[in-house]
Amino acid sequence: MAMTDEALARKDHKVSDEVAIEINNMNKWYGTFHVLRDIDLTVYRGERIVICGPSGSGKSTLIRCINALEEHQQGSISVDGTVLSSDIKNIDTIRSEVGMVFQHFNLFPHLTILENCTLAPIWVRKTPKREAEETAMHFLTKVKIPEQADKYPGQLSGGQQQRVAIARSLCMRPRIMLFDEPTSALDPEMIKEVLDTMIELAEEGMTMLVVTHEMGFARQVANRVIFMDEGQIVEQNEPEEFFNNPKSDRTKLFLSQILGH
Amino acid sequence: MSDTPAHSVAFVRETPIPPADPPATERGVIKWVRENLVSTPANAVMTVLSLVAIYWFLALLVPWLLNGVWNAGSIRECREIMAGSGGGCFAVLTERWHQLIFGRYPTDQYWRPTVAFVLLFVALAPVLFQTVPRRLLIFTGLYPFLAYWLVWGGSILGPIFALAGFAVGYIAYSRLVDRSFAMGFFGGVLAAIVTWWITGFLADATGNVMALETVESRDIGGFMLNLILGTVCVSLSLPLGIVLALGRQSSMPIIKWICVVFIEFIRGVPLITLLFVANVVLAYFLPPGSNFDLILRVIIMITMFAAAYIAEVIRGGLAALPRGQYEAADSLGLDYAQAMRLIILPQALKISIPGIVNVAVGLFKDTTLVSIIAMFDLVGMVRGPILASTDWNGVYWELFGFAAFLFFVVCYGISQYSQWLERQLQTDRR
Repeated sequence: MAMTDEALARKDHKVSDEVAIEINNMNKWYGTFHVLRDIDLTVYRGERIVICGPSGSGKSTLIRCINALEEHQQGSISVDGTVLSSDIKNIDTIRSEVGMVFQHFNLFPHLTILENCTLAPIWVRKTPKREAEETAMHFLTKVKIPEQADKYPGQLSGGQQQRVAIARSLCMRPRIMLFDEPTSALDPEMIKEVLDTMIELAEEGMTMLVVTHEMGFARQVANRVIFMDEGQIVEQNEPEEFFNNPKSDRTKLFLSQILGH
Repeated sequence: MSDTPAHSVAFVRETPIPPADPPATERGVIKWVRENLVSTPANAVMTVLSLVAIYWFLALLVPWLLNGVWNAGSIRECREIMAGSGGGCFAVLTERWHQLIFGRYPTDQYWRPTVAFVLLFVALAPVLFQTVPRRLLIFTGLYPFLAYWLVWGGSILGPIFALAGFAVGYIAYSRLVDRSFAMGFFGGVLAAIVTWWITGFLADATGNVMALETVESRDIGGFMLNLILGTVCVSLSLPLGIVLALGRQSSMPIIKWICVVFIEFIRGVPLITLLFVANVVLAYFLPPGSNFDLILRVIIMITMFAAAYIAEVIRGGLAALPRGQYEAADSLGLDYAQAMRLIILPQALKISIPGIVNVAVGLFKDTTLVSIIAMFDLVGMVRGPILASTDWNGVYWELFGFAAFLFFVVCYGISQYSQWLERQLQTDRR
């Protein structure tokens, strides 16, 4: 690796020296298959990290481990100082601090857009309904679809649904946002509206971990790009260096394949 | 468009084409008849044959209904009045309606089950229809105790004490559940049992308050018995089925295996054998002299039977939900109970509605099986006291037709409601 996590983070004025996520020597297996190998990663508050790599490289699994959607078998993960253990209370605390956006949106189809956004604040944060609705409308306005509040997810386009999913996460006022291939299931003309929302979020200083193949987004927004292959972090660097001057052969091959046409 | 050269690849539409009506032969009644009745020679032949069959059926049914005799004292009188006109002897219904509907319930007390039946709709309204004021749910909660008092009679203190036990248990549960669910659950159960134990002495001491004439379970029969069994068993087996379905998915092996064994065992045994167990075998296991009501025993058996089927139907609904729904609920920090109640079950139950209704309708019709263990439900009444009497021996079509008609009305009603409900809950399409 060219630089340490801290050195990479330090180069950006939005990034503070406060640690948001710390992953130490983390290993994960599916049965006997070793999906994540010796992952060490420190994320500082305000960082925007893009994780890329071929399919099956473990990048989604990595960020799913951070909010305990997947269990890890070895090593430690701590989020905002809370250590992720099998204690249910810790897991629920971390999950309510960490927002997650999925490839397939995963909105709740039986609830309206507004109800999708107010459900977790009302039931997890015990926010009064009125207040939760005001917050929800605030974030729906931010993702530019306040007029859809009373519709159901099935009535919205993919891009709109993904923006609702982002607003739904933001309603919990998370300090960290995880994005698991947020644009991979979208039609090309809808990718931009979702990326714009994410860029806006990044500019406000949100700590973001984004698994994506949108290299334009990585160049524009990320302060660090991580390349993973076969369950390992192969290379990480700031975007300019990463794209223009990749060090490892595996990274070079990957970049030539996705940027080659 | 005429200005675009015919052989050029390039094409630009300059005038949009306005929508037009379809041609006259493709509209209205003519189109429907052409497409549905006489589209091919074979189809035309089928249409004619179907019309003949319908005519033949109606030619039998209509005179039977229209020439029916509604006032007669016995089947012989019926035959005299009809004099070979081929009508039905419906006099049996008018003469024995009280047995068909109420069994051997005391004649002067018919108002009690009737009131309970009418109130049933009030109690069901807030459960079945979202637009009914939510406050009515309080009445729904009280209804089982009220209905028990109305139908079986006795002192009103019995049902009130039973209700008090549930109330105390619930209060204990809500106080303790914050510490842990298991503590709340067992604390609630314990509190309820203690309350029932104490009030048991009170009931003996206080005697009769607002007492209605007591009616024995063996005198409760007719279609009323089918309705009681059907309503009670459906409303108990649905929550039990949900618990079993969730238990079967549990990550805790003991709970999982209890649920699996229960479901597989109950599903592998015919209902009628369970009813025989309720009727005969259970008496061997109970302490001698204990008076365990036969209707209660039957309710337990039918409920367990239906719950096992409903659990499997709901398991199908749970399996049909994408994993993403669980993950989204988890990632927002909802705990297990919240995720199930707010996200998973509403969707899984919606998918399961046709299957649940299927089980409910089947269960309601299966309540007629109790006639085999000497309970006089509607079918038991027809087969026993009525057909066995010298007056009405031989009036099969009218009696069984009537029974079929009553069951059809209820089951068709349930079916129509479920289809309406599915449309109401359809939010995933425009």
